Amino acid sequence: MKNTLSSRRFIIMGIFITVGIIYIIRLLFLQVFDDSYAQLANRNALRFVTQYPARGLVYDRNGELLVYNELVYDLMVIPRQVKDLDTALLCELVGITKEQFLTRMQKAKAYSSYAPSSFEKQISKEDFGAIQEKLYKFSGFYAQSRTLRYYPHAVGSHVLGYVGEVDENMIKKNPYYKKGDYIGMSGLEKYYEDLLRGTKGSKITLVDVHNREKGSFQNGKYDTASIAGHNLYSSIDLELQKYAEQIMANKRGSIVAIEPSTGEILCFVSAPFYDPNLLVGRVRGNNYMNLLNDIAKPLFNRALMAQYPPGSIFKVAQAMAALDMGVVSPNTSFPCDRSLVGCHNHPTASNVRDAIKMSCNPYFYRLYQRIIQQRNDTKGKIDSKYGLSLWDDAMYKLGFGQKLEIDLPNVKAGAIPDTSYYRRIYKGDGWNFYTIYSNSIGQGEVEVVPLQMANFAAIVANRGWYITPHLVRYFGDENSKKRNTKYTQRHYSTIAKEYWDIAVEGMWAVVHEAGGTARRARIDDIAVCGKTGTAQNIGADHSVFICFAPKDNPQIAVSVYVENAAGGGGTWAAPIASLICEKYIRKEVLRKDMEETYINAAPCQSLPLRRYVQKSSSD
Amino acid sequence: MERRERGLLENIDWTTILIYFTLVIIGWISIYSAVYDEAHSSIFDLDARYGKQLIWIGASVIIALFILVIDPRFFSQTTYIWYGAFILMLVAVLLVGSETKGAKSWFGVGDFGIQPSEFAKTTTALALAKILSGIDTDMKDLKTKIAAITIVAIPMLLVLLQNDTGSALVFLIFVLVLFREGLSLSVLIFGAGAAILFILSLLINPYVLIAILFAVTILIWFLFRSRKLSIWLCLGLFAVAAGVVLSVGYVYDNALGSHQKDRIEVLLGQKKDPQGVEYNVNQSKIAIGSGGFFGKGFLNGTQTKYNFVPEQDTDFIFCTVGEEWGFVGSTVVILLFLSLMTRLIRMAERQRSKFSRIYGYCVASIIFAHFTINLGMTMGLLPVIGIPLPFLSYGGSSLMSFTFLLFIFIRQDASRMDLL
Repeated sequence: MKNTLSSRRFIIMGIFITVGIIYIIRLLFLQVFDDSYAQLANRNALRFVTQYPARGLVYDRNGELLVYNELVYDLMVIPRQVKDLDTALLCELVGITKEQFLTRMQKAKAYSSYAPSSFEKQISKEDFGAIQEKLYKFSGFYAQSRTLRYYPHAVGSHVLGYVGEVDENMIKKNPYYKKGDYIGMSGLEKYYEDLLRGTKGSKITLVDVHNREKGSFQNGKYDTASIAGHNLYSSIDLELQKYAEQIMANKRGSIVAIEPSTGEILCFVSAPFYDPNLLVGRVRGNNYMNLLNDIAKPLFNRALMAQYPPGSIFKVAQAMAALDMGVVSPNTSFPCDRSLVGCHNHPTASNVRDAIKMSCNPYFYRLYQRIIQQRNDTKGKIDSKYGLSLWDDAMYKLGFGQKLEIDLPNVKAGAIPDTSYYRRIYKGDGWNFYTIYSNSIGQGEVEVVPLQMANFAAIVANRGWYITPHLVRYFGDENSKKRNTKYTQRHYSTIAKEYWDIAVEGMWAVVHEAGGTARRARIDDIAVCGKTGTAQNIGADHSVFICFAPKDNPQIAVSVYVENAAGGGGTWAAPIASLICEKYIRKEVLRKDMEETYINAAPCQSLPLRRYVQKSSSD
Repeated sequence: MERRERGLLENIDWTTILIYFTLVIIGWISIYSAVYDEAHSSIFDLDARYGKQLIWIGASVIIALFILVIDPRFFSQTTYIWYGAFILMLVAVLLVGSETKGAKSWFGVGDFGIQPSEFAKTTTALALAKILSGIDTDMKDLKTKIAAITIVAIPMLLVLLQNDTGSALVFLIFVLVLFREGLSLSVLIFGAGAAILFILSLLINPYVLIAILFAVTILIWFLFRSRKLSIWLCLGLFAVAAGVVLSVGYVYDNALGSHQKDRIEVLLGQKKDPQGVEYNVNQSKIAIGSGGFFGKGFLNGTQTKYNFVPEQDTDFIFCTVGEEWGFVGSTVVILLFLSLMTRLIRMAERQRSKFSRIYGYCVASIIFAHFTINLGMTMGLLPVIGIPLPFLSYGGSSLMSFTFLLFIFIRQDASRMDLL
């Protein structure tokens, strides 16, 4: 009996050895046959830290810095590592209450006890100094540097745009972006995002499970450096931009000025505007909501997106189209027959030049009639379709009815109505010249954006060609500047230069001759050629003016829109445009009284205007 | 006296002591590596775990020496006092103990804590040896069985009440000792069968399982009917099995805590939760698996060193061995444990005293239970049950209690030649 029980030791030893063998086999599979665990281990202990490149800077045409990066700090916290915290001191340094501290810690804990989350975002260098001194006392807290955009002159909000954190949709669309990355959301920041952002690098560090860095992996053999973004050398003239913003600060509307020979935009104002520093950093959220909810729509880029009826400034384009088609000659005369369309008191225009100068509505009614009704076909409807299609082509060639490919996002095309458009709104062929004649004087179905009008002024200044307006002359760095070839090509109209000379003469007369509509735009010694317009709309009329100067070798072409100014183009827009011209050409404005008048004038009181300026911003 | 001393030195089983020290040193090296920090690499840093473990090792050596020099009969004679004392401590810890990781099993003394359940295994082993070595005991007697089961069940239930399921499970291993002392083999088989049924019934719909069991019963009866296998016996066994299956659902839902259920479900692959319950097991497998054949080398483990494996220096110490010393090192550790356990069995069998033999079996079985549960857990073969790996895991209670356990037997063995 005893022996049989003693032999049971073999069963027990057998159990021991069986388990041992099972475990050794298991180890064999885990460690020798399967190498996937080694890969998992690498992913576990190596942290791929993104190296953020410095975003490209933006300069004005004279090398003045418009946008740069400023270093700020995020205070990060890893809740699990927080111990023996001097809460009172931390709250005092960060400038928060105990309650705020508790809610933030709770939020951080809810996210993760092990992973870092930001406790306080975007602390300025100055404020961070004090915190850094004491940071060693707060275990579990550390600082992470970031850069923020900063706008030293606080101008050009609608040109420069702003950057913001990417959202889920953007990340889905472009896997380059990761949560927390910044991306250009509007303006140049958005259009040139790919150039400005640079290329992210990555650094591989060894980390423990608490995300603590434990040194670089294999001495940085696999690290890639980040590549800084390209700088943008914009065509904006800082002084002119400031001046234009000063004038428009209490108005609504836009000013676009172009250098005709290059298509470079010299100043670009959409009013109301705001201090771009408002949409940076911690204050951004609140400010953005304020801007968004303002009924004056300061975020709306009028110069690109406001589609106004052009008003009388459109007459110059009509004259050119008619001359080119040969339906009128330079000396064609039409009486000022106010039974056709209203007009103001003036002598009969005996030629195209005087018609432009006097802005005679009936004259352009007749001129447009000849464009639409070309007597090409005996059937009126077919004839009108033909005339309209010729007119459409002519307008397209002058940059209307199509999106000008400016280097800003969201540009609008305006509207040049065509046959299909009229078929749609008249439900068939129920349209003819008599239903669409308003187009001739820039009303009706025609719409343009201020950029297109400035471009048209440049076309006249160039006597028949334009380079697509653009804001960036070069990009890259100081040593290797590149430019976009899209912005070096001239687009010629088919209209003969001698006709353009008529337009130039007419526009010169508008400003300089008795009976011209824009006498207030005169500048001593500088020959300004312009055309006034009064765009009728639901509210008070918009005051519109386009011009270029000097008459010969023009340096600047301008379009000015002043919304709801309750005055013609000559009253508001023309003097403002001439101030812009003078400021740019002469570098200083000699007409001080006039300057003061128009800077102080606030013609559109129908909507309250608030100024969006950051208190701390310099300059 | 002099003769006796010399006899002691001659009769001490030095092989066992050598294996003991090898395992303790491997453990200390692994703890050092697991908590290693370049900034603080002094091995005597008492703030670090490896520094503290050095103290525990020193204390254990003193304990071992103490046990070796005292009279071997001391423990057999005072068994019930020890047993009773630790039962009282188990009760006390439930009332005034401090809670760690959900288990109320510690007496805190400053930085150091004492875990009575670790020592209770030793005292229970002594008590079991004592009661079974009585002259008129026979495992066939119901009285003996009840006495043995009671001795084991009391501390086991108390430990279970502390919510320390792992340590409680270890007490079940005494069934091996009872088996050696004459418990029917069928009890062992029934036990294993019930365990298999338990797992199967978690994996398979109970009614499907019962149908399968019924089919198997009929098949067995059909195949062995020539040997006059009673259909009633087969059906009886089936009924018991079906009862087990049906009760599993109830036991599982009501008797186990949610964390225990999670651990079992993760192990059975019914639940995916890589950041939660599965995390420990995954990280542990990654650490061991990434070690490869030869391992990454001393202090080169990235997984264990950088705290990816939770409890890396206590319950999951084997991960460090696996990661840094690879398949070779891990196999060495397993072989060391196997040789220790089989050697203990052989030593037990050479005892003249029944008390010593039974106690020897208890020692081997307890080490085996820890070895099986702990390694099974780190390799992802068993659910996560937090019990230490003997001699290797960090912790004073663990190391000292295993030293007690082992050296009491070494002392008994050294005087096996003495007259009773």
